Order: sequence, then C-alpha cells, then structure tokens
Amino acid sequence: MQSDNGKPCSRLERVLQAGRFAVTSELNPPDSADPQDVYRAALVLSEVCDGINAVDASGANCHMSSVAICALLTRAGYESVYQVSCRDRNRIAILGDLLGAAAMGVYNVLCLTGDDVSAGDQPEAKRVFDFDSIQLLRSARMMRDDAVFLSGRQLTTAPCFFLGAAANPFVPPYDWRPQRLAKKIAAGAEFIQTQYCFDVSHFCEYMRQVRDLGLHEQVYILVGVGPMRSAKAAEFMRTKVPGVVIPDTVVERLRKTPIDRQQEEGKKICIEIIQQVREIEGVSGVHIMAFRQEELVADIVLEAGLLPRPIK
Amino acid sequence: MFQWLQKYPHFLEIYYDLTEVCLRPFKRWLKPGSRIEPMVIAIERAGKGAVFNCKMCGQCILHSTGMTCPMNCPKYLRNGPCGGVRLNGHCEVKPEMVCVWIVAYERSLRMPTYGHEFTALQPPLNNQLKGSSSWINKFHGIDVDLPLGWMNAMDIQVIRDQEERHAV
Repeated sequence: MQSDNGKPCSRLERVLQAGRFAVTSELNPPDSADPQDVYRAALVLSEVCDGINAVDASGANCHMSSVAICALLTRAGYESVYQVSCRDRNRIAILGDLLGAAAMGVYNVLCLTGDDVSAGDQPEAKRVFDFDSIQLLRSARMMRDDAVFLSGRQLTTAPCFFLGAAANPFVPPYDWRPQRLAKKIAAGAEFIQTQYCFDVSHFCEYMRQVRDLGLHEQVYILVGVGPMRSAKAAEFMRTKVPGVVIPDTVVERLRKTPIDRQQEEGKKICIEIIQQVREIEGVSGVHIMAFRQEELVADIVLEAGLLPRPIK
Repeated sequence: MFQWLQKYPHFLEIYYDLTEVCLRPFKRWLKPGSRIEPMVIAIERAGKGAVFNCKMCGQCILHSTGMTCPMNCPKYLRNGPCGGVRLNGHCEVKPEMVCVWIVAYERSLRMPTYGHEFTALQPPLNNQLKGSSSWINKFHGIDVDLPLGWMNAMDIQVIRDQEERHAV
C-alpha cells in the first residue's frame, strides 16, 4: 500500500520491494506495565532487523498486548509488525484495533488464527475464533483497498497496511499446504512468515510446489528460523509447542554436543539453515524467533552475513 | 451412528443434490418462522447429526468441505486446517481426534461434483443463524446474505482450475 509520495508506508515493504533480503525478529513481550521494558527488549533487535514482531499472547499466555507494544515501538521510530490472533477477540474488537493501530503509525499486520487457549496457562478461558486468519486477512484488505468495514460501512480514511499471514509447510496435509498459501494470497496476504524451519529439504519441496503455482511471484516469503538453547529445549519445543516440527537428526546433533556448548551449536544450526534457505528461489527473507535469547539475534544476523541493517 | 457413510463422499454429494431437489416442491411452506420450521429443524438435526455430527450452524457448507462438518474443528475454522496439526494428523486441541481438515481434504479429492469448492474463500460465520435450519436458509438465500464488505470477495478465484489443483 502506497502513501501520498508513491512509496509504501511500511519500511519492511520498501525493503522487500527493493529486492533486499529482509530480516524480521520477534520481541519477547514483557509481563510489565513499564514501557522501558519494551524498549529494553527492542534494543537488541532494532539494529539488526527490518521489522520487530509483537506477538499477540503467543501460546495463549497473557502478556502486554501487541497493539500497545507496536504503538510504543513506533514512538521510538522502530518498524513493528502487529500480530493479530483470532483467539481472544471478536470481529468488532479486531477491526477496531486495526484502525487504532493504523492511526498510531503501525503499518505491518500479521493475521493469525492463533494457538488454542488450551496451550496457555489459562486453559479455562473462552475461545473466541469469530474470524479465522483468512477471513481476518480479507477484512483487513477491504478496509485498506475499499475503505469499508466488513459490514460495508464507510471509513473516512483507509489504513495503510502491509498485510501478512503465517504458513506452516511442515505439518499435514502436506500437498494441500501450498494451496492454503494460495488461499491466503487470494484473501489479501502480501508477505508470509513461516513456522520454524528445521527441515530444509522438506521446505525445498514445499517451495517447489509454491513456484509451480506461481505463488512466489505474488507474495514475499520470510522463512521462520531460530536457535535452540539446548537438546532439552528442542525436545520441549517439538512436543509442547503446537506446529513446531524438529527432525530427529537435528535433536540428535544437539544431544551429542556437551551441554555447555549446546547453545552455541543451536546457534550454528540456525545460521546454517539461514544460509541454505537463502539460496532457495522465492525466499525473500528470514524471520528469526529467538525466544528468551533475543541477544543472540545480532550474532546470528552478523554471522549469517546479513549485515548491514536495518535498511532505511 | 451413521458416520460410516462419510467414507462415501461421492454418494453423499449425490445425496446432497437429491435432498435439494426433493425439498424444492415444499419451498413455499419451508419458511423461517413458519409452523413447520421446528419440525424441519428437528429432522435436519437428527439426520445430519447422525451422519456428520452436525452442529446446526445454519449455513451449511458441507459440500465445499469434503462432506465433513468444519464446525467440529475446536477453532471453528471454515477455511482449512490451522498450523497446529500434529504429525500423525491429529488435532492440536484434542489429541485423540483426527483433524477435521485432514479427512475433509482426502474426501474432497473423491468428490467429482463439488470437490473443487474446497479451495473457495468461506465468509465469516453468521452467528445469528446458529440453531436454525440450513435447508430453509438456503432456499431463501439467507445463508448467502453476506456482510456488504464481503460481497466483492465472492468472485475471487483461488486456484484457476481443477487441473492445477491436482497438479500439486
């Protein structure tokens, strides 16, 4: 989406449009009412990323809201990616928040269905899922393109969004996953951030199908990557975090490493994966999710040869 | 009880067309708020409940979802599986249940008439219609009375033709 001067509002979109390999990362959301906690968490990411994702109660655990984090980041001049999940709010709340976010200068929106409430620490909460990610994408796109709410009511000023969605190529039904991507693009997605990629050969096959459908020309794909802290953490991720698939060979490689060097090895694996996926046709960037080890992101970006950043 | 019937999606899509033909002569009596409405609802609930574990959302899209009721998905997803499907094809929320969308996809491949509708964009659910008869709603176009903003999403084509769908 373009602003008045003909350039996209979103800096992330400008980077991708220029054909530069983009790097985004995820901010650890504070359990705090202090804005400085957001800035502290952003500090280690802002120098090496083109966009900082603010998660929307990821894993169904309550943290500072993503819209507030994005607003704070925008105040400091950082580029934020506003994650919206359909789990906690109905369409009235979500669309209102989208407008509010746009008014505060948030341009990148990642539309997600969201983990189920049972994944979090309050499984007794009510699940909403009034929208799914595709209906949310479509509704955000019509606010932007047609300047109307879903109900058809007119907006006086349309938001200037760069719309994204998630994709998980690593879970079944495998041969339908590229078509699900096609569906998300048809609904309005312009960039994609994938689930953690630990199985590059599987991802290559997925991208081949994506290219066969011509989808890589319609959307920017950012591959999700991340360092594993230890073999134990990897085991936890693949058994407890919904949708994360880690092949045995990767976990085995970590297990064979002495415990005090496992974090280093995890980082090394992450860098190798970045270098491999970078070579795949149709990949436009990486999305580094370093949960509770955000300080590693700068090292990873440096050692993967992705500096200088951020690209203005 | 009759859920084994879902193993024959092609038979069910023929049956779906047949139901519509059989009910059409009664269209003038099949009205929302009519005296026979409670009876129609009871029949629909009993019949579709036994075969599809129907949740009576009132806007049936069974033929677009491999003759598998998407409302059985714990997240009520109507546009395909989420990213949390387990490697064994089971649900993220209910580990003992096979993902609704895994079976829906497999069945849609065996449906020559409506199988291609599997990739269509499905509009947000109209929560007002919950508990009403989707047969009555269909005859009177109530189930496709969508929010105005959604109207121009109706002709978005996701994947051009069936051939491309099978090529993947």
